[in-house]
Amino acid sequence: MTIDHTTLSSSLFIAFVIVTLGVVFWASRQNKQATDFYNGGGGFSGFQNGLAIAGDYMSAASFLGIAGTIALFGYDGFLYSIGFLVAWLVALLLIAEPLRNSGRFTMGDVLAFRMKQRPVRTAAAASTVVVSVFYLLAQMVGAGALVALLLGFTDSTAKNWVIVGVGVLMIIYVTVGGMRGTTYVQIIKAFLLMTGAALMTIMVLWQFNFNISELLGSAQAASGNPDFLQPGQKFGKDIIDAATGQIDQFASLMSKLDLISLALALVLGTAGLPHILIRFYTVPTSKAARKSVNWAIGNIGAFYLMTIALGFGAAALVGADAILAKDKAGNVAAPMLAEHLGGGAGSVGGAVMLAIIGAIAFATILAVVAGLTLASSSSLAHDLYANVIKKGTATPEQEVRVARIAAFIIGGFSIALAILAQGLNVAFLVALAFAIAASANLPAVLMSLFWKEFNTRGAVWAIYGGLIAAVGLLAFSPVVSGGATSLIPSDTGIIFNWFPLSNPGLISIPFGFFMGWLGTKTSNEKNYAKYAELEVRSLTGADIGKAVSH
Amino acid sequence: MSQNPGVWEETQNSAEFSNLRKSFRGFAFPLTIGFLSWYFLYILLTAFARDFVSIKVIGNVNIAFILGLLQFVTTFLIMWLYERHSSKVLDKASDEIREVVDGRLGK
Repeated sequence: MTIDHTTLSSSLFIAFVIVTLGVVFWASRQNKQATDFYNGGGGFSGFQNGLAIAGDYMSAASFLGIAGTIALFGYDGFLYSIGFLVAWLVALLLIAEPLRNSGRFTMGDVLAFRMKQRPVRTAAAASTVVVSVFYLLAQMVGAGALVALLLGFTDSTAKNWVIVGVGVLMIIYVTVGGMRGTTYVQIIKAFLLMTGAALMTIMVLWQFNFNISELLGSAQAASGNPDFLQPGQKFGKDIIDAATGQIDQFASLMSKLDLISLALALVLGTAGLPHILIRFYTVPTSKAARKSVNWAIGNIGAFYLMTIALGFGAAALVGADAILAKDKAGNVAAPMLAEHLGGGAGSVGGAVMLAIIGAIAFATILAVVAGLTLASSSSLAHDLYANVIKKGTATPEQEVRVARIAAFIIGGFSIALAILAQGLNVAFLVALAFAIAASANLPAVLMSLFWKEFNTRGAVWAIYGGLIAAVGLLAFSPVVSGGATSLIPSDTGIIFNWFPLSNPGLISIPFGFFMGWLGTKTSNEKNYAKYAELEVRSLTGADIGKAVSH
Repeated sequence: MSQNPGVWEETQNSAEFSNLRKSFRGFAFPLTIGFLSWYFLYILLTAFARDFVSIKVIGNVNIAFILGLLQFVTTFLIMWLYERHSSKVLDKASDEIREVVDGRLGK
């Protein structure tokens, strides 16, 4: 008997969509006041929010991207897992609790707390939208590619319809359910993803008698690369000069600096991602915010440990050649591993496993894009519309109506961009979003919370400085031109990559901090009285819920 | 809150708040520097000490894997340490100050 996995895949996915839509409509009826759109009422428990954070954070890049990178390049894919996890300590130790205590709805609340509202909120909205749209684009392009592979579409029309479908669904989740609905979708997704990954991990380890060394050995043997289990197969490579056959010292150093730059962006980017930051507002107290991060670290850590089994399992059992034949970027490694574990292509078990893991991958993408759309529409409504355009005179109802309209605009814009950007490398967009978040947002948030002297010019310069440095350096990097996999192919002769690194973080993150310091020092503005309020609020939670009363 | 404008600065200048700030920063800041240093030591070793991290320790498990797994261990450990410090020291101190401030704000 043969079973068509595409039918099963579609059915499971449709079931997920129906269940989550039901939950979202149910959640929308729980909303009591307009501002529940932003924070879901602020009454979630630390455990619920921890799961939702995990669901918001573990994107297609984590599940499909890391498994694929390990399957193709071995150890280096694991570097992503470590960076993505360790980054949570920044959020735990420095950001989550003070942010919860001193803001209400957006990242801009904390940045603008003691500053002139209009310039700082405009900057905060700009960087929120830029970071979120880059991230959104990566997820939607990934969704198109995944569907095409799972359902066997080859023409771009079908891919475009998938992107439109994902976009429409995320707009519905966000406009109908707001933060409460989005939170439930993310909780469901986190549960599904953890269950699916655990199932596959156990099945992989079963095949290797629960012996990690045996799994690694088989993966290395299957790869045919004696160095497969060592770092340096993808990042920080030693570059051999083709003319002399010697190691090119300069090129090799640049390649290693690129690895350090990526590591910096990964570890500092998480705590600057607006869609993650606003999740801390969904719990009532800073203590609950801290518990959320603890639960998130537990879930995310367990998941990234499982990427070892998924990635090396795919390398050992499926093999790089079979993966590459389906997708050059390796993003299908995890679904192909699932098919193999179920019994292989053409078997009933294989079809069932492929369908389950494929549907989980869709669920993963949907939950993340909903979070991103919510973060950017909240910022456009609360920071830009209410506090810049209306100067604080808008009613909550007007604000939230604008937020819903903004969700349509952001959604539509992302659909259009994703259709145009289909050929782009997904991993690069995510790494860029992390680099921008670490350069533009993290310095400003940290200095706002902990530096008494920080002022309006410092905040504005830190945000725009980090943003422009990150995006600008990227434009002149090998990612855009002059490299083997550039956006502009080298054979066009259009080459302007005077910046040697693919990730701008090494320069742009310190630059963001420097501009924050320089802007502060060149301005006479002092705001010690408001800093007293911010500091006392941030450490004690005094007057919570009334923060940002301008 | 405008009926008691001095409350924030007075609280900020109080001995109780100074202690809370010291207790928080004295724990969180060194720990942040510590875990970032440890993380970048790991990254620098994978970039520049390839021969060292390629040494196999247990079967096919080399030093690079051991170091990577230790990053997981230290992350969980720091999370646990911070939770313990918060629940033993910080929560109580911040609750006490909050009650005083909220009282003065008429909440």
